[in-house]
Amino acid sequence: MIRWITQTGEFISRASEGAGFGLALLARTSLLVGTLIRWHYRAALFRQLFICGITTIPVVMVVSVFTGMILALNGGITLAKLGQEALIGQIVTISMTREMGPFMTALILAASVGSAMAAELGTMKVSEEIDALEIMAIEPARFLVLPRLIAMAIMTPVLTVYTSLVGILGAAVVSSSQYGVSYLRFKTEALNALTNKDMYTGLLKAFIFGIVIAVVGCSQGLRTSGGAIGVGLATRRAVVISYLLIIILGYYVTFIFFRIEW
Amino acid sequence: MSETPASQQTLEPLVELLGVEKAFGTQKVLRGVDLKLFESETLVVIGRSGSGKSVTIKHVVGLEAPDRGQVLVFGRDMAKLSRKERDQARLRMGYLFQSSALLNWMTIEENVELPLLEHRADLSASERRQLVAEKLKLVEMEAAAGKYPGQISGGMKKRAALARAIVLGPRIILYDEPTSGLDPVIARTIDEVIANTGKTLKASQVVVTHDMDSAYRVGHRIAMLYEGRIIASGTPEEIKSTNHPVVQQFITGSPHGPITDGLLAQNKH
Ligand SMILES: Nc1ncnc2c1ncn2[C@@H]1O[C@H](COP(=O)(O)OP(=O)(O)OP(=O)(O)O)[C@@H](O)[C@H]1O
Ligand SMILES: [Mg+2]
Repeated sequence: MIRWITQTGEFISRASEGAGFGLALLARTSLLVGTLIRWHYRAALFRQLFICGITTIPVVMVVSVFTGMILALNGGITLAKLGQEALIGQIVTISMTREMGPFMTALILAASVGSAMAAELGTMKVSEEIDALEIMAIEPARFLVLPRLIAMAIMTPVLTVYTSLVGILGAAVVSSSQYGVSYLRFKTEALNALTNKDMYTGLLKAFIFGIVIAVVGCSQGLRTSGGAIGVGLATRRAVVISYLLIIILGYYVTFIFFRIEW
Repeated sequence: MSETPASQQTLEPLVELLGVEKAFGTQKVLRGVDLKLFESETLVVIGRSGSGKSVTIKHVVGLEAPDRGQVLVFGRDMAKLSRKERDQARLRMGYLFQSSALLNWMTIEENVELPLLEHRADLSASERRQLVAEKLKLVEMEAAAGKYPGQISGGMKKRAALARAIVLGPRIILYDEPTSGLDPVIARTIDEVIANTGKTLKASQVVVTHDMDSAYRVGHRIAMLYEGRIIASGTPEEIKSTNHPVVQQFITGSPHGPITDGLLAQNKH
């Protein structure tokens, strides 16, 4: 029992230490945004934009089209009983832009790009490359974290738009083939339902998730110790922590925008 | 006890470690290291594997901070410098990592160019390239300039890292086992590079090594780290002719002597 309490205590202190490190890293990196003008940082940024935004497209596409199809299939079952299958377009559009789009994108990016960040920086840490940068008076926050942070902050919203569109298309196909809703009708319903607020809250979420994934991935990487095992642990932690934060923050953003009267 | 020329004795040391103590957890690695590095001298630090040589020179660049004691570099306490001041001090120091620590996604050339890109905005691209080529030639690495660290051998990485360490023309250069893992021919080449760098850049250098050949060749002074302290220091001749039993055993590489007796005694308990 006492052991359990000390373990919980240790876990909490380790978690808050990690959170502190992550927040400090975020603050420090944000202060450095201006330094991107130097050309070799721009090269690094383009490389990260490519990794985050282009290499992830195939998996994002498959996941999003099936998410849309599942939403349509499930929603259609209930709606068809009420004779309202035409409303599938509304339901899918709202849930894709507001929730599922940013959410699915973020989970994919956390699992692929965020974990890679932790592994890459973790390996650099244990092979003394981070120390080498420090000794050359090259700040890792600027050289390594900044391009990753900016790339994620830009690419998560961009991919989210893509995810939502592809998901809605998938839903249109299913509602036409399974429930006989015409594409035109689907489109009318979809556009009817869509509000600006849905879109910008969705994009805001994506933006926040992108930052979370980059900061968690990089800070876990930079805090790595203990060889290959340490790198494995850092990678695993990066994914788990990102997932938790994405779910929790996702809830609160929706809460703030849709439940609180402004 | 050291045989540094009288003119140097009157000078302020560039680097001074005063009673540096460092422990990792319960393991006490340094138990009061005193060490001075003077202008234009090459100091070799020898010691057994795991004796804390790397930890000692990491204190000089501020990668480790002492638990007790002081590290003075250019006359200033490393622990009391701001980030900016520390970076400025680091720019005047070069450091060759035991593990080379080259960045894996950059070619050898780009690795060597990185410090210039970062800190010499005054240089044009062609001036930078020329400097890089010059340093790579010095360590006989021109042929591998376009390769990635993953594609070359450990010894080649070490030489590339050496080029990177000296590319900014530092005042103080720290080499962590520059010749380990190199074939004898290249090892002697590296010794020459170190000796020449000391002369041409007028750099003060610390070379950590277990390679006694190399130590005698490059060192103006040799210091031995043992059980967390500097137990002897002097010119290569003094070290060669010392009657300190631990130093004797170390430089002759004999399996019998106080070093191994100590180990046996420990094992018995
Ligand atoms: N960051 C660290 N955390 C924990 N222990 C460490 C750390 N760095 C060094 N040590 C320990 O300190 C001791 C001295 O290490 P150091 O790397 O300085 O040895 P060394 O003299 O350079 O040996 P070698 O010749 O093998 O390179 C070792 O026992 C090592 O395990
Ligand atoms: Mg070492």
